[in-house]
Amino acid sequence: MGVLNEFFVLPFLDIAEAPLFFIEVIIGGLSAGVMYSLVALGFVLIFKASGVFNFAQGVLALFAALTLVGIMEWGVPAPVALLLTAAVMVGLAFAVERLVLRPLVNQEHIILFMSTIGLAYFLEGLGDTLWGSNVKKLDIGIPEQSFEIGGVLLNQFELVAAATAGTLVAVLAVFFHYTRVGRALRAVADDHQAALSVGIPLKTIWVIVWSVAGIVALVAGIMWGSKSGVQFSLSLIALKALPVLILGGFTSVPGAIVGGLIIGVGEKIGEVYWGPALGGAIENWFAYVLALMFLVFRPQGLFGEKIIERV
Amino acid sequence: MLYREAGQFKSSYGADQAVFPIAQDRWFIAAAAVFAFVVVPLIADDYWLQAILIPLLVYALAALGLNVLTGYAGQLSLGTGGFMAVGAYMSYKITTAFPELNIIVVFLFSGLFSAAVGIVFGLPSLRIKGFYLAVATLAAQFFLIWLFNKVGWFYNYNPSGTIDAPPRAMLGVLITGAEAQPEVKYLTALSLLSVFALLTKNLVRSSVGRAWMAIRDMDIAAEIIGIRPLRTKLLAFAISSFICGVAGAELFALHFGSVETLAFDINLSFLILFMVIIGGLGSILGSILGAAFMVLMPIALTNLFVGGLGMQAVTAKHTEFMVFGGLIIFFLIVEPHGLARLWQIAKEKLRLWPFPY
Amino acid sequence: MHARNLILAAATAAVTTALVTAASPVWAAGEMVLPSLVYRTGAYAPNGVPFANGVSDYIALVNAKGGINGVKIKLVECETGYKTDVGVECYEKLKGEGATGAAVFNPLSTGITYQLIEKTWVDKVPVHSMGYGRTAAADGRVFKWTFNFPTTYWSQASAVIKYIGDQEGGMGNLKGKKIAHVFHNSPYGKEANPTLEILADKFGYELIMLPVDHPGQEQKATWLQIRRKKPDWVFMSGWGVMNQVAIKEAAAVNYPMDHFIGNWWSSTESDVLPAGDAAKGYKGANFHGAGADWALHGDILATLYGGDKAKAGGKNFGEVLYNRGIVNAVFSTEAIRTAMGKFGDKPLTGEQVRWGLENLDLTAARLKALGLEDFTNPVKVTCEDHETMGPVRIQQWDGGKWVYVSDWIKPMRNVVRPLVERAAAAYAQEKGITPRKCDGSD
Repeated sequence: MGVLNEFFVLPFLDIAEAPLFFIEVIIGGLSAGVMYSLVALGFVLIFKASGVFNFAQGVLALFAALTLVGIMEWGVPAPVALLLTAAVMVGLAFAVERLVLRPLVNQEHIILFMSTIGLAYFLEGLGDTLWGSNVKKLDIGIPEQSFEIGGVLLNQFELVAAATAGTLVAVLAVFFHYTRVGRALRAVADDHQAALSVGIPLKTIWVIVWSVAGIVALVAGIMWGSKSGVQFSLSLIALKALPVLILGGFTSVPGAIVGGLIIGVGEKIGEVYWGPALGGAIENWFAYVLALMFLVFRPQGLFGEKIIERV
Repeated sequence: MLYREAGQFKSSYGADQAVFPIAQDRWFIAAAAVFAFVVVPLIADDYWLQAILIPLLVYALAALGLNVLTGYAGQLSLGTGGFMAVGAYMSYKITTAFPELNIIVVFLFSGLFSAAVGIVFGLPSLRIKGFYLAVATLAAQFFLIWLFNKVGWFYNYNPSGTIDAPPRAMLGVLITGAEAQPEVKYLTALSLLSVFALLTKNLVRSSVGRAWMAIRDMDIAAEIIGIRPLRTKLLAFAISSFICGVAGAELFALHFGSVETLAFDINLSFLILFMVIIGGLGSILGSILGAAFMVLMPIALTNLFVGGLGMQAVTAKHTEFMVFGGLIIFFLIVEPHGLARLWQIAKEKLRLWPFPY
Repeated sequence: MHARNLILAAATAAVTTALVTAASPVWAAGEMVLPSLVYRTGAYAPNGVPFANGVSDYIALVNAKGGINGVKIKLVECETGYKTDVGVECYEKLKGEGATGAAVFNPLSTGITYQLIEKTWVDKVPVHSMGYGRTAAADGRVFKWTFNFPTTYWSQASAVIKYIGDQEGGMGNLKGKKIAHVFHNSPYGKEANPTLEILADKFGYELIMLPVDHPGQEQKATWLQIRRKKPDWVFMSGWGVMNQVAIKEAAAVNYPMDHFIGNWWSSTESDVLPAGDAAKGYKGANFHGAGADWALHGDILATLYGGDKAKAGGKNFGEVLYNRGIVNAVFSTEAIRTAMGKFGDKPLTGEQVRWGLENLDLTAARLKALGLEDFTNPVKVTCEDHETMGPVRIQQWDGGKWVYVSDWIKPMRNVVRPLVERAAAAYAQEKGITPRKCDGSD
């Protein structure tokens, strides 16, 4: 009875007792979820256009943030440094397309996945060699004060993060739907062969997708990096994005956002209200279990393309 | 000239279905076995045994386990570290509860526990496929590690939260614990790997193995021709987790001697998966070659940079990362089907040597 | 494909030669090897780099002054990346290095320490895990080859509680107070828990346990709970990125920084700097001094850097972990010096250095002579006590440097020592070890 009580009664009593705090937990979950989405977006972009599960996405974020901080340390003002870093990411996309993707064209998914692991190793070494491994403070002027509205604690940084993610998704949506390149991207995502046969250059498309993913990684790197300082651990944020990916679907941009929010809120509520009964620190696996539960009902994720199988 | 099958006639079904139907293969395997079992323990020093060969054999066993699941049955899994942790922690529980029990038996029992856990976490595979399944198996990884970290019963409530391998002997020879000879540990790991490799080799040639491969190649088609996906997939999960569990117990008792859950974290799962892919999916030899690549290459690079080129330890490490990453991509471009496939190509070339046409 | 085949063949050949011709440099006579397992790469490099620099600078200084009684120390670094298996590989590679083998190992990681403790019995090389690793090793009767002076996590936890009691105006006032322990959810992070629990029983404070899973980049849930439960004090056993995030999150929920105390792996420059002004007031425990205003530091600056402060700063000169590296190197070299008093001024084996560690008596006068007066405390190791339960000091971040805010605080020996002995006895039983008598016979 004690156990049942702890799992099915006490948490709800707790919620009813302090509704304002419950709102805070939800807001905390949403803001964490936004941060997850920022990372997940990069995965989705690349998977959608080239079918590559990009293991290096986290390292890409680290590399971008390191480059940005490194350039800023030379005394370059933040906006210029941002542009320079974006240029570096585009250059990286060219290199990846030429040296990794093109020789491996038409290989199985898992081989491409493995090649991005090689890429991750390479970028880790390169980033360390170029920029050193100290924790670097990243300050591009995002405000960080907390304030209360009606007893609910809010943080400016989190609002900025949410706004950034929102803008990013809006820009990506416009880009995908209303530009020539965007249409070409969607065509490639739908069917490589058909896209090729109507004259869409696959190589260019891949460079564009990897560039966009690199810039998304830069944004993710900035947001996460301002929280913890820019350091090697940034590459581990990819792990936080994986449950978001399977929940939202590997191929859906809105899925990455909605999935992120669900995971964020779900794991915070789980940790705060059910964590103590289980001994705490449950959020890591809880996120996966949550995603797994959605998957059992929708094996392609919430917004993923329906899997149609034929013999 | 040397590697010629011409003239080797089979006069019975048994001979025709042998694991190694070609005589040269049998000689080669026999020579390799003699080398590994007799010559290596005689010539290898402590460093080679403790730091390179024992982990290599243990990882090869784990890679073999994962290869059953991913290479043969086509189910992508990132839960290997978790299953290995089950093996390690259960072997600790069993051997501390029954100190008289033979340590090999303990390994096998802990494999059974791991198999049971594997079946539970394999259930979603009936609905979820591909990368979705890979990420879903991470649930197993994170949950199991959390569990062994959290529940004191698994580490006998000792305050440090780590488990230590107690000294255990078989036939009067210490196998685990610090005082056991590295040669003994090496031979134990080698024997287990050989036995499991041989068993798996036979298993994948049987109807079970064919069912796995049918599921891998197209599960709907397999279902239509009468293969039961539930049974086949779960059997793959069970056998794979069993082998991984034994490997986990070995990693704990033979290699490390003392572990915390961090030793089985997600990086281990990735490492084993890399071994399987680099070595070659669906190949027993590939598992061993892949493990050798992932264990030997970083050490070789460090030795080359620090010892050979006189670099600073830290620069060497950074360069090692870059070169290692480059090598992975390079090998995939040269031969996407893994090192095992390179071996196969070499054999085919050898067949025509020295008069290729 | 030809070019590829060529490269393939070349790579294979290079690797084979690299493996076969593993480093075998020639050792100068009269040199002894001090292995240094470092992690200058990987997720924890921000902590590993300053420590390694402190060790290497101090050894360079000792060598510049002619070595220990004329014996030069050869410091051999091996990069572990904080990975246990790599650490074991390093150990196996270095244990027999040099004419007399490795002097003493400083594993610098809880995981590696646990591995090496098992191996020391056979290889007869001592392990000194300074303020980390297996706390039970403080019982020298069971752990003959392992040392963890000057103090341990358990002692530290008791000293921190003492400090909190002091701040509250007496241990009696702890009753009914709430103290939260935010810890890295690993054996390292959980180390302090048993001590904190026992003290909670003893002094009647409420203990709130908040584990944070590795790596700890996302701690919203933890700090929301702190906001809710409003603990009077927060003690943190963090590691790596967890620290920086925790300090930022604490600021975000407006938790008073001067009631937030980190353990000695959670209170370094790289933990507070990324948080900027938010970290001002944050406290940390330590067992040695911070900053570069010590006599020894002047010596290092003049001898090794030619007085160039900027150049030294690039090597983390004077940072908390740099200083910890110095302390560690001082302990190693002084132990070797002690051992030389018995075995003569020549390169020593690990077994002889072990004797030196066990009979180390680092007096205040000796510390002063080293230029480290009041930098750390005198240490006297005995056969029974490999920890010495050295005192702990609380430091506070003022936005630019660490300043002392407390005196040296003695840990509660009567609470901690029985715990140590019980844990050591359990270990001895599991492993079938007969504890030493410590009467000089063994």
